[in-house]
Amino acid sequence: MNARDAILQRLYQGREQQGGFEPPASDFSVLQRPHWNKTKKLERFVQAMSPVHGEIHSTSRDNWHLLLQQLVRDKGLRNLWIGNGTPHGSFLADHWQLEQVPLLQRTQPVNEWKDELFNDVAAALTGSLGAIAETGSLILWPTPAEPRVMSLVPPVHFVLLDSDRLYATLHETIQQEGWAKNGMPTNALLISGPSKTADIEQTLAYGVHGPRELVVLVLE
Amino acid sequence: MSTATDAVKHFTPRARAALDNPAVRGNFRKAMDGLMSKRQDAFADWDLEELRELGAAVRLRALSRLPELLEQLERNLQANGIQVHWAQTGEQACEIVRDICVARNARTVIKGKSMVSEEMELNAFLARSGIEALESDLGEYIIQLADEAPSHIIMPAIHKNTTEISELMHEKTGTERSSDVDYLTASARAQLREKFMQADVGVSGVNFAVAETGTLCLVENEGNGRLTTTVPGCHIAVTGIEKVVEHLADIAPLLALLTRSATGQHITTYVNMISGPRKTDEKDGPEEVHLVLVDAGRSAIYQDRELLDTLRCIRCGACMNHCPVYTRIGGHAYGTTYPGPIGKILMPHMLGLDNTGSLATASTLCGACAEVCPVKIPIPQLLQRLRSEAMDGDPQRPATVAGHGSKRRWLEMLLWRGWTVFNSRPWAYRLGTALITRCRRLMPSRLGAWTRYRSAPRPAAQSLQQQLRQRQCKES
Ligand code: SF4
Repeated sequence: MNARDAILQRLYQGREQQGGFEPPASDFSVLQRPHWNKTKKLERFVQAMSPVHGEIHSTSRDNWHLLLQQLVRDKGLRNLWIGNGTPHGSFLADHWQLEQVPLLQRTQPVNEWKDELFNDVAAALTGSLGAIAETGSLILWPTPAEPRVMSLVPPVHFVLLDSDRLYATLHETIQQEGWAKNGMPTNALLISGPSKTADIEQTLAYGVHGPRELVVLVLE
Repeated sequence: MSTATDAVKHFTPRARAALDNPAVRGNFRKAMDGLMSKRQDAFADWDLEELRELGAAVRLRALSRLPELLEQLERNLQANGIQVHWAQTGEQACEIVRDICVARNARTVIKGKSMVSEEMELNAFLARSGIEALESDLGEYIIQLADEAPSHIIMPAIHKNTTEISELMHEKTGTERSSDVDYLTASARAQLREKFMQADVGVSGVNFAVAETGTLCLVENEGNGRLTTTVPGCHIAVTGIEKVVEHLADIAPLLALLTRSATGQHITTYVNMISGPRKTDEKDGPEEVHLVLVDAGRSAIYQDRELLDTLRCIRCGACMNHCPVYTRIGGHAYGTTYPGPIGKILMPHMLGLDNTGSLATASTLCGACAEVCPVKIPIPQLLQRLRSEAMDGDPQRPATVAGHGSKRRWLEMLLWRGWTVFNSRPWAYRLGTALITRCRRLMPSRLGAWTRYRSAPRPAAQSLQQQLRQRQCKES
């Protein structure tokens, strides 16, 4: 018998010997939050994200690119990687005025330019599917235009967040968006702040393997 | 396994050595105090009892359907393009990982944190096959440099302080000595970035495997887990068979419990949900994703309704953070992959009671672990059950755990037989107490382990019965 069948047989037999067992009912009501309106959700999001060093700016749908340019200049970033063919990427490319800071757009697979990515890319901009207020978590489903490493390898990650797409809790997100029913993407992410560690004597240090800075632009 | 079992057998001397080491004790005390208060704060505006109740119910539901869910998980993962492997032992699991590496001509493996891979002793196995495995979680990286095992399941290098880590990194990697944690972290980051770029295969653990959608869910703060599962061309996840949950919605309460119980965080920086290898139009992600489902003693635990509660565990580490024994002796004294309360109820199944004799008894049964366990595992009750198994002590329920009866000694059994006779026959009792009170001065002052920390008991000059009888006489 192969390992698979042996393990399964043992499990089926074990349960049968015990005459099966009925688990208690799962009551999810404890996860419910009192109804939070948009303002409250935004407030909670900021409350949860700020202590873990997420940088949050609120801006408008038409002028976010101006704020972004200012932040890029203030932080002294050498370049900015943007997604290919996304609406926000194209918009930014059309309106970009910082001549000394090139916008990087890449169509080739990441491993073909890994060296450059790991050594030279200073920052990246991605969109998001929304955010979870309770825990201050951005929801990202990477796409061919905005691959997984965009939110992972460059030292600074800028994220656009539509203020109409805030959920109260993870439970609500999964239910409302029908994640289970509609199927999951190859990679789905919740990102709550910049990368960090406390592995050296409980002392927090930011930017261990992922981005040192996470900058959220909330579009109102 | 021989090195592992040797280590456990020396529990007592190790514990003593740890107690005599103020530096290690200080490191643990400080860390555990911090973790306990952070956990408490994180649950401040929750109905924690209700939430734990839900956590327990979700895990029990998964266990009640364990074989079906594993089959469903396998079907859905395969439909998503993830290859599924099954291993009955840690060694088999190591072989599976090695074979995948060999088929891809892989020479270097980068690893995210995985306790199951520790349990399998994967790094040593791969090294013997000429494959280098490098740990990328900062804590794991540090103890790999020191050639040590993790002393805590969440914070593997918690036994070391900054000075020790700085010294170690200086010696092994040539970084400057420094007490600046940011500097040390940045040095490790720089060294590991190179390795991430070169690694052929990434190996990670799994926190929850969702049967309904075929999704592997991993939580972490550093981003090394995401790099491990994204950058190399092949990702191999290893996990125990008990990590499966039924629905995607089930991860919401478990996550809420896991990160708050573990480190007092409302959520970790990253929750990484993987449901397939890179699609043709995608620009990154591994071309191959594998899941290795490891049994290694778990299906044996599943045979018994009481013991299978052990399998609810979500590996948060809260039981060790709150354990008065763990805090004083530290993780290495146990000599097992999983230390602390969870180790005491899990390792005897993996190594046999005969090899883990002291574990179940190294507890005061204070109950702190059960009080904080997010999935309400009755740890003290399971410890008592294992103690009984080690003695073959329950005539109603024949012992089943591997190595049961290993602590049964004929002299002790004879004494208990005598005790039964002594207490159930009035004449024997009267004779016995008379003898004991008369000969009380003959009581030896040294009674083995008992008198190492206590003075020997001295029988009273009169038994309780005699005293009562005298009192009754006086009163009448
Ligand atoms: S036994 Fe409970 S407290 Fe201990 S690690 Fe497992 S889930 Fe956490």
